Amino acid sequence: MSEEKEPLFSSKNLKLLTEPLNDSNPITVQVLGICSALAVTVKLKPAFVMALSVVVVMAVSNVVISLLRKTVPPRIRIIVQLVVIASMVILVDQFLKAFLFDISKQLSVFVGLIITNCIIMGRLEAFALSNKPWPAFLDGLGNAAGYGVILIIVAFFRELLGSGTIWGFQVIPEGVYNFGYENNGLMILPPMALIVVGAIIWVQRAKNKKLIESN
Amino acid sequence: MKSYSNTYIFLFSTIMVVTVAAILSVAAMTLQPLQKKNEEINKKQNILTSINIQSTAKNAEQLYDQYINESYAVNSKGKIKESVDAFAIDMKKELAKPLEEQSLPVFESTIENQKQYIVPVYGKGLWGPIWGYIALENDLSTIYGAVFSHKSETPGLGAEINTKDFQEQFFGKEIFKMGEFVSVSVLKNGNADPDSKYQVDGISGGTITSKGVDNMLKDCLSSYKPYFKKINQDKSSEEKPVKDELVEKESE
Repeated sequence: MSEEKEPLFSSKNLKLLTEPLNDSNPITVQVLGICSALAVTVKLKPAFVMALSVVVVMAVSNVVISLLRKTVPPRIRIIVQLVVIASMVILVDQFLKAFLFDISKQLSVFVGLIITNCIIMGRLEAFALSNKPWPAFLDGLGNAAGYGVILIIVAFFRELLGSGTIWGFQVIPEGVYNFGYENNGLMILPPMALIVVGAIIWVQRAKNKKLIESN
Repeated sequence: MKSYSNTYIFLFSTIMVVTVAAILSVAAMTLQPLQKKNEEINKKQNILTSINIQSTAKNAEQLYDQYINESYAVNSKGKIKESVDAFAIDMKKELAKPLEEQSLPVFESTIENQKQYIVPVYGKGLWGPIWGYIALENDLSTIYGAVFSHKSETPGLGAEINTKDFQEQFFGKEIFKMGEFVSVSVLKNGNADPDSKYQVDGISGGTITSKGVDNMLKDCLSSYKPYFKKINQDKSSEEKPVKDELVEKESE
């Protein structure tokens, strides 16, 4: 941490932001945070709000931990991280209940479960504790966005095929149903989220040569 | 790496906990009025849906005031309980009490000069509580409208109870057969006789939730039996005076 006056968006910092979107995506590459990806991706709207909530929680707790990094005694650092995440999550939850009541009804317990999202603690432990606030902030944004992007892609397909709607609007025309098309009930159930995530991993690895293991 | 003394660690954690507690309680306290309001609006929207009035979060309160003219609570003997705010009643808490002590809310609405009686129902589904409102027509037997909601039923299966398709089945069904309480039975999907006034189809794949709705209707509606009987008696014996008396009592 010696170089002074590093530009805010130096290539190194930008990499923190972009890398988790693809090369080190928390869900598809590090396979973290799968549980919530299954639960909230039935419809696009809750998935989007969930992604947004995780972005907020992650960015802010990364910054807080990074600011505290020189004062946190290593022996209780995990507890400190948990406290920071938990209080952020409660704030987000209270906020949703007050201003976005409908969505908070749909997300119900899952907002609370952001606390257990392993991506957040993983980033605090691996990055924020040993980096300055600004890079930590970018790292948080990047990883949460990488998580959110996958959530939204999965939700898009599940909502389209499972309910025939996008963002709550009917997109599959009535006529198609008259020809015998039916919404796929299986898409609504959690196992299909795993399969969609699997398909995304497949596509991603086929496109991105860096991710192909050599053995 | 620096080593930290125990005193430092204790101090650090104490300060951290106190700070966090302060932040959270301030947030909870400032946001609470808004949250309460949201829950009330949600409840009003549910009640309005049961009489087939569509509302948004914005106009729910205005529509509620417009259509719901009375709300009061009765006990299991059919007597009106004074000094109980029907709207504030938490069904979960009431149902935990013995039947004699329960306060059962009744909401009355008027649409096109027809009176409806709306009563809440509360029960359990597969994964958690389910609840709803049943609006009865003036005869206190025919279902005018119904709305159901749930906390955590399986999407696509049990959760279908809050869809229009399921709820509309109840419209026009009756809960009394020749004066006897029979409720409306939720049968396995496809088993309900379309001509029957006392049966509806359940949800295929949502059998336990459907059964939950069935039990919920039987349990909750039957508590109102004495009250319904009383209104009907009052109506048939001396049509006008008693009704007026009832209204007067309310307005006191």
